[in-house]
Amino acid sequence: MIQQDTMLGLSVGDEIPTFVRENTGLHHFNRYAAVNDEFVPIHMDDDAGHKAGYPSAFGTGNLSTAYLLNVLRSWIGEEGTVRALACQFRQPNLKDTTVVARGRITSILVEDDETVAELEVWTEDGEGNRLAPGTATVAIVDLARI
Amino acid sequence: MATTLISDQMRAAVGAEMERVSSFPIGESDIRKWALAVYYPDPPPRLFWDAEHAATTRYGGMVAPEDFNPFAWLTTRGPRPAGEDMASTSSHEARLGIAPPPVRFGLNGGTESEFGVRMRPGDEITSVTRLHSYTEREGRLGVMLFTITESTWTNQSDELVKVVRQTSIRY
Repeated sequence: MIQQDTMLGLSVGDEIPTFVRENTGLHHFNRYAAVNDEFVPIHMDDDAGHKAGYPSAFGTGNLSTAYLLNVLRSWIGEEGTVRALACQFRQPNLKDTTVVARGRITSILVEDDETVAELEVWTEDGEGNRLAPGTATVAIVDLARI
Repeated sequence: MATTLISDQMRAAVGAEMERVSSFPIGESDIRKWALAVYYPDPPPRLFWDAEHAATTRYGGMVAPEDFNPFAWLTTRGPRPAGEDMASTSSHEARLGIAPPPVRFGLNGGTESEFGVRMRPGDEITSVTRLHSYTEREGRLGVMLFTITESTWTNQSDELVKVVRQTSIRY
């Protein structure tokens, strides 16, 4: 394990560029429900959200996972691969919340022509409260090493 | 803990196979629609919708986002019977053929995925799901039941696509 990959300009502790969805709501939640056949009342109906103890309907955990994958893909590019992702859905993505997906490098390992990075990842709301914290492992192809 | 939601029947089912399903061949536009939904309102990466561009990448063609679900809507079993609700609070035990716990609400608690080969147009994916564990703890809404399932996805060439451990929380 190394602290820095100078060829790629990566260091442990670096934050990766964010992925932001502003004012998330039914237009985001319902599109995901439509492709995943995930029509669950708490994700579509405020009354169902209230009955479950929340102030409104809220986005699916799976959509939060998708946002975490999006932030990783944007960073590693088409040639990179996501090897693993884990997250917990601690707080709901309530309606009208701006969701920011973020990541911070926790370790770097150079393997042949790839740099393997482990990251702390999470989604947070507009006030910085973490909604879905987790971890990820990605491999970045370093064309200069091939 | 004064009460438990885990019955002897549930405890005995840990490790059992819950479900084995196969997908129809993945369609290019299923991938496109998935990518549009998860990137909305931004356009998704070309790798997920532009076959000509995708052919120039290391993959040599379109691939699906890692979280793409080829079992959404329909599997090779055909449409789900009317009234079957896979999101109900008793769906785990229904698939095991045992009595469900007395819970009213269910939430997705989290997920852990290890990814193998990418899913591509034309792939036929099989998922085998097992009951990994039941645990419970006291939460702000009472006793919370944590159920972890583990699904192993393979493609038509028996290559590992991913292993997913899903935690559901019921109360």
